[in-house]
Amino acid sequence: MLLIECPHCGPRDETEFHYGGQAGVAYPAGEVSDEEWAAYVFLRDNPKGWFRERWFHVHGCRTWFAVERHTVTHEIRTS
Amino acid sequence: MRFTFDGRELRGEPGDTLAAALLRNGVRVVGRSVELGRPRGIFAAGADEPNALVRVGADPMLAATTVELYDGLEAWSLRGKGRLDLDAVDERRYDKGYLHCDVLVVGGGPAGLAAAVAAGRAGARVILVDEQPRLGGDLLNSRVLLDGAPALDWVDGLDLPSRVLTRTTAVGYYDHNYVVAVERRERGERLWHLRARRVVLATGAHERSLAFPGNDRPGVMLASAARAYANRYGVPPGRRAVVLACADSGYEAARDLEAAGVDVAAIVDPRQEGLVPGTLAGQVVTGTTADAEGVLTGVYVGGGHSVGHSGGYGGGRGDQYIEADLLAVAGGWNPVVHLFSQSQGRVRFDDDLQAFVPDVSAQAERSAGACRGRYGTREAIADGYAAGTEAAALALGRTPDHEATAPETAPATADGWRVPECDERAPRAPAVLWQVEGRSGEPAFADLHRDVTVEDLARAAGTGMRSVEHVKRYTTAGTGADQGKTSGAVVVGVMSALLGAAPGQVGTTTFRPPYTPVSFATLAGRDRGALSDPVRTTAMHDVHVARGAVFENVGQWKRPRYFPVDGEPMEAAVPRECRAARTAVAAMDASTLGKIDLRGADAGEFLDRIYTNTFSTLAVGACRYGVMCRADGMVFDDGTTTRLAEDHFLMTTTTGNAAAVLDWLEEWRQTEWPELDVSFTSVTDHWATVAVVGPRARQVIAVVAPDALGLAFMRYTEADVLGVPGRVFRISFSGELAYEVNVPWAYGRALWEAVLDLGAVPYGTETMHVLRAEKGFAIVGQETDGTVTPQDLGMAWIVSPRKPDFVGKRSHARPDTARPGRKRLVGLLPDDPAALVEEGAQLVAGLREGVVPMLGHVTSSYAGAALGRTFALALAKGVAPGDRLRAVSGAVVHGVTVVDPVFYDKDNARRDGDPLEGSPAPYAGEVRAESPAAACAARFAAASGPAVRLREVAFEPMWEVRGADPGAGLRLGPSWWLVSGNITPQPGWVDVSGQRTILELAGPAAEDVLITGCPIDLHPSAFPGHAQTLLGKTSVILERRDPETCRLYVRSSFARYLAEWLLDALDAL
Repeated sequence: MLLIECPHCGPRDETEFHYGGQAGVAYPAGEVSDEEWAAYVFLRDNPKGWFRERWFHVHGCRTWFAVERHTVTHEIRTS
Repeated sequence: MRFTFDGRELRGEPGDTLAAALLRNGVRVVGRSVELGRPRGIFAAGADEPNALVRVGADPMLAATTVELYDGLEAWSLRGKGRLDLDAVDERRYDKGYLHCDVLVVGGGPAGLAAAVAAGRAGARVILVDEQPRLGGDLLNSRVLLDGAPALDWVDGLDLPSRVLTRTTAVGYYDHNYVVAVERRERGERLWHLRARRVVLATGAHERSLAFPGNDRPGVMLASAARAYANRYGVPPGRRAVVLACADSGYEAARDLEAAGVDVAAIVDPRQEGLVPGTLAGQVVTGTTADAEGVLTGVYVGGGHSVGHSGGYGGGRGDQYIEADLLAVAGGWNPVVHLFSQSQGRVRFDDDLQAFVPDVSAQAERSAGACRGRYGTREAIADGYAAGTEAAALALGRTPDHEATAPETAPATADGWRVPECDERAPRAPAVLWQVEGRSGEPAFADLHRDVTVEDLARAAGTGMRSVEHVKRYTTAGTGADQGKTSGAVVVGVMSALLGAAPGQVGTTTFRPPYTPVSFATLAGRDRGALSDPVRTTAMHDVHVARGAVFENVGQWKRPRYFPVDGEPMEAAVPRECRAARTAVAAMDASTLGKIDLRGADAGEFLDRIYTNTFSTLAVGACRYGVMCRADGMVFDDGTTTRLAEDHFLMTTTTGNAAAVLDWLEEWRQTEWPELDVSFTSVTDHWATVAVVGPRARQVIAVVAPDALGLAFMRYTEADVLGVPGRVFRISFSGELAYEVNVPWAYGRALWEAVLDLGAVPYGTETMHVLRAEKGFAIVGQETDGTVTPQDLGMAWIVSPRKPDFVGKRSHARPDTARPGRKRLVGLLPDDPAALVEEGAQLVAGLREGVVPMLGHVTSSYAGAALGRTFALALAKGVAPGDRLRAVSGAVVHGVTVVDPVFYDKDNARRDGDPLEGSPAPYAGEVRAESPAAACAARFAAASGPAVRLREVAFEPMWEVRGADPGAGLRLGPSWWLVSGNITPQPGWVDVSGQRTILELAGPAAEDVLITGCPIDLHPSAFPGHAQTLLGKTSVILERRDPETCRLYVRSSFARYLAEWLLDALDAL
């Protein structure tokens, strides 16, 4: 059970959150090719190591935020 | 204390474990082994027991060494596998609990006790858990003196933390210092969820045996266990003993056994020097003999010779035979690294200790005492104290002073605490010995529980297996109920000998939770039966129940499926309900539809980006149907949205998707379009909604909401509804004249009863489905499955070609989405107008036999009341009206014809219904407000007492406020407040008085109730006074009004669930 630091509510159990996947995937601006659009919709990084990801405090303050989590150790650092 | 074992009446003493009591009664054979059926006796004295597994009452398999005896206990022997007695009655109340601390100490032996004292003295919040009924760990089993007095005197004199959980076994160590522990209580186990800033593991060590021939006979026992039975329980486990002392603890056992009156015939020490005169040094046990029952009668001892690469001896011809009914084996010690390993810490093999010890920590944790190989009592106390001091410093954000935390070098610690003197002598290194090859043909067991022998391991090695993980799976060694606590090291030792590798190279198998077996009942706690998942109910629920409604689950909601009259079946009820809606007037409880209040100058722009069609141009007072897609272009949800004011909309969502849609709106607003001025408030529970449907709906509306009588199709008005401020929308999901009448939750029941009194026929979800399907209206989640675009549904008209962008727009131009030949929504008419095609049936072309391509599948299928025949909706590719298909489901095949998906009233001629006839009389019934938990009031009062009182604080006015700080209320999030009380609302505040109700817990035990279901830290030093969090399985706002009074703001639809949960918690206190 991860303990996730919500920027508003402080540390809370993982069960209070929804996972939001990779952070920093920008909505493509302007005209984009099918490949670029498909990359935005379907492709995400899956690194072994530090990963910047989004969480949504659904059972708390309903804030979306990003943290860095180490996908091997689950260590979390706010970013 | 009386108890029975396999039906035999026996007597034990208070404080006995079942194992001790069995030994007290001379019971030597307690069961038979799982594979070979060999007689087995008690082998250990704790959770490591591999043999003495018993059924006790409703518990199918417990280790007799961990069961506390009680008067009337009934136990049965097992053959290695648990047996569930389905007739056993289990009246115990299982529960959960959530606790937080600075320092969690696992283990109440010398090291753990010292750690807890040290951390407490340093000012930390400390929790100490220990599996035994009383603290002391190995001190309970030994006769060691501390400062010249019995060691338990020292334990009793300690200044321990307030939260000490005895009879509590830490079974799992998860991410971020989350430790799960099981507390054994007479009234039922409690699963503790413990979150600690720092953890000190002081889990001790398990003694191990070694693999010699005949090492499984009843009478062969771990030396530490023999010592525990003799010292702690006063039960000498035999009359004449041989002690095999591969480690010096064997000598301690021999001394204590002698003191208990056991004749110690010999001490055998494989090492070259014995500790006491007469020791058979340099010798090993090479075999055993047994009587007819299989119980130990004697031991062969010989000089042996070294075999294999390391740690093996073979018996010789000159072995001597010693009569004995007890063989106490001190094979060496295994630090209990289970929790450490579960925490992802790395172990290493220590050559001096001949054991795996903690090496590199992965979490905020430190091992202390015997679980890291510090076996001496004094050494463990000093190590524990240092670990506790360091853990407290780190938890409290101080820099640990390593000089001060190394008390083993000084007579007293820097803060004046003194490590007691101890009469033990330092142990020597154990013998490097894992197996003995025997003179007899008796098997030598590596894993007693799984009946795995050295021969089995040799076979595994012979097949080429090198990894212990493979060997484990091939032989099943270590997979028993004891998870290899006594066998793990022996298997590694034997494998290292077989492979000619060092044990450290062979390595261990993975230690996985739970450390000891945990029952599903314990994991479930009180979340079982009616509380296994929240049941959401509407304001009208009790009336539906009273009317005999048949319910269906829609998400967590209970919705009436149909309302049978005089016990009629659904096949009769639904056509009757449909007829009422198509020819007269009918009503449905539509309260479960999601309702989201959107406010802000950019609300229209926001909706344009979320929906596929346009809302910014919607006139105030108008409603519009909308579809929203995911970024992949697939339909996500639909519903109508109404413009209440220039900067104010109300969105409705499907029942099942309400929460997901609100999350979706928040995601786009917060992460992509933070510049937009728009905020969202869920008002799903605030409003109770009744859909009044049918050509004669005006006859009802004229009475309940006359203001709305003139409402045009897809228009909205605020209206006086039976004297209550309400909202009426002219929206239809059936094609008939329909009004959705909304009143605050408290008046939902009154409105429903009035509408029915006025002649509306109540209908449920099944009729709603038939009515909408006859009109060809798709349902998200039924016609769609995440692979369906609006265009696939034949709804290209709702996808704006003019808007620059909306979520999913670009995906509609992707090659796969834009290609011709995708599955489209079609209608189907079965050849047999009475045949109901199964939903999910596959559609295949025409009359071809054999392997044929699948063209699609049936998504909805009903007997249409208005159509007078069955019909279906389907998704199918490459078909056109008039095509003949077959619908195949298993062996059932129906011929069907493809038709347009609108079956009824294609030109929408029915939507305006009949004009009002006459002037209906005003409603004469009572219009009474009812709070969500009103029906529970008497039970709340009955359950309340001096310890805790429970009541509903009903009808509290509440508003959610966004933007600027209102200077009052509870702050729920960034720019988000809940204001309550009798104050005048400001413009822009969203009335949510019906959205939640308040349940109040007061009294000294209020917090004891909350910790059974609230995962956050409620300690005054950590809890800010209020929080939005979880309680049981529902979201709440928890407000602590004073140290003993908590208010729980709960969604009205969850109020019944939470009420039942709280009543159950009070009952379980």
